[in-house]
Amino acid sequence: MRYQVDEKGFYGDFGGAYIPEMLYPNIEELRKSYIEISEDGEFQKEFKFLLKEYVGRPTPLYFAERLSDKYNTKIYLKREDLCHTGAHKVNNTIGQILLAKRLGKNRIIAETGAGQHGVATATVCALMGIQCIVYMGELDIRRQAPNVARMKMLGAEVRPAQSGSKTLKDATNEAIRDWINNPVDTHYIIGSVVGPHPYPDMVARFQSVISSETKLQLMEKEGRDYPDHVIACVGGGSNAAGLYFHYLNDLRVNIIAVEAAGKGIDSGKSAATSALGKEGIIHGSKTLLMQTPDGQITEPYSISAGLDYPGVGPMHAHLYRSQRAEFISIPDQEAMDWGLTLSQMEGIIPAIETAHAFAVLDIKQFSPNEIIVFNCSGRGDKDLDTYIDYFKL
Amino acid sequence: MNRIDLAFQGDQKLLSIYFSAGHPNLDDTIPIIKALQSSGVDMIEIGLPFSDPLADGPTIQKSSTKALRNGMRTEKLFQQLENIRNEINIPLVLMGYFNPMMQFGIESFCQKCKSIGIDGLIIPDLPVEIYHENYKSLFDKYGLYNMFLITPQTPEDRIRYIDEVSNGFIYLVSSASVTGAKSTFGEAQAKYFNRIGNMKLKTPQLVGFGISNSATYKAASKYSRGAIIGSAFINFLEKEGVHKIANFISSIR
Repeated sequence: MRYQVDEKGFYGDFGGAYIPEMLYPNIEELRKSYIEISEDGEFQKEFKFLLKEYVGRPTPLYFAERLSDKYNTKIYLKREDLCHTGAHKVNNTIGQILLAKRLGKNRIIAETGAGQHGVATATVCALMGIQCIVYMGELDIRRQAPNVARMKMLGAEVRPAQSGSKTLKDATNEAIRDWINNPVDTHYIIGSVVGPHPYPDMVARFQSVISSETKLQLMEKEGRDYPDHVIACVGGGSNAAGLYFHYLNDLRVNIIAVEAAGKGIDSGKSAATSALGKEGIIHGSKTLLMQTPDGQITEPYSISAGLDYPGVGPMHAHLYRSQRAEFISIPDQEAMDWGLTLSQMEGIIPAIETAHAFAVLDIKQFSPNEIIVFNCSGRGDKDLDTYIDYFKL
Repeated sequence: MNRIDLAFQGDQKLLSIYFSAGHPNLDDTIPIIKALQSSGVDMIEIGLPFSDPLADGPTIQKSSTKALRNGMRTEKLFQQLENIRNEINIPLVLMGYFNPMMQFGIESFCQKCKSIGIDGLIIPDLPVEIYHENYKSLFDKYGLYNMFLITPQTPEDRIRYIDEVSNGFIYLVSSASVTGAKSTFGEAQAKYFNRIGNMKLKTPQLVGFGISNSATYKAASKYSRGAIIGSAFINFLEKEGVHKIANFISSIR
């Protein structure tokens, strides 16, 4: 079984580029050039330099001693929360802004849900002095005021998406429409391993720095470069793709993907795409997505804004269908409790997205000699309001 | 013979009108189609509404959202169209995004179209390669045409490929944009239309996107076999209602 993308842009049954003809030149330009450009020596040099000096990589692979004691197993945290801007998102935006520069683009567009990817995009645009426009659902703009302010401080223009349900999926539609209208000078920085080929593969490659570092760090700490389990939360799936990337074909490594069950899988308020989704097309990619029987895309729900995407990246849909990965869904309440647990046991306040992943420790049994690597994908500063409301802090 | 080919016989200029089924009201579909035919329109594109129409501008998006809110569904549209061929003889094309068709089942969808008397489909997010490889034989089996778009950025070899796979007509997108975006044509468009004209494609072309009035219709028809109006018609319907459709059509030509 092959878990990486094939020549036609598919992961098994999933992926491809189901795009309107108007997008063909943009996507074709990227498809033809993304590997050549991103593997070029000069590009790699600049990419690695910025990841080190600007983002603060390598991020630590931290042995969580108290957690390991409590669960009687070996738990490591890949500390993506320590990246500049507070999450793994910036790995991808650094890669894509360098790519955009090489393609001669002088205008950047992006979509954002909670605002994390928007901030990461606005950040690299400021760094490079390139114009930045971020599409964000009108509802999300109201819900995520601090991130809107961050983007504005960084010099980005935040444009409200007023169509459809006025959330992330509509912001993505608006960004795609902008790209259709501006095919020559604009690069679209997608924030996750979603969208038409080559985006899922391109974003996964830029995020794969997470697992390439993990391999080196594990070798140093454990004398072997692979863990027994890798665990990450999945909305679109970029932090998970980054952690899994170099282990996809290493069958010694068990892959666990954690989705947001929201208020419960059967509650009608959930974002558990693998459990609730059906095969279909969203944002130019064939994947699993939440939809009505009639094929209208529905609005997911999770207390964490970064997990409520109605689809999932095609790589993950393939990992699910081929049973290479085990998918688990975690409700709001357990995720919130883990936000508190991780804070008080390890002194790390995680993003609510990230907190979902840790709840696996209450569900699955691990043995004392097993090594588990969690992607600690983001920090919880952005979620303080939600934590305050929830725990009456 | 497919009704689309019939419509393209001779050399008169064609006017094709797009509307979103279920908008302004759920049951307007049949009255709109009848009024369009009796106003002398040559072809009708019936929009199957979708929650995420990413090739469409604000007007069609809004009409699509409203249609869904009104209760329009694939099944419902097929019910409305059940006996359409008792009264309507001009070509009918369904235009919609691929996901709702996938959920209906592509073969069942084709079967249903054939039994109703739909002549062809326009599926903006189904690229020509994927259609050619996976679905063309199915469409052929049910005698359904599938029409493709080309834009000012489409490379020549790709235009040739689209021409080869196409039947019915090619949808010439007037400029790099989503639907409804422009109000006049400039020199760049004239150059583009001429370039396509000089390629002597086997498939006739209709110009769409940005055709909003008599001037743009006539300008587009100079370079092609005619034009398609969508957003401007939807705006008109919203303001004036179904009973005045004849006024809109006569204002165009």
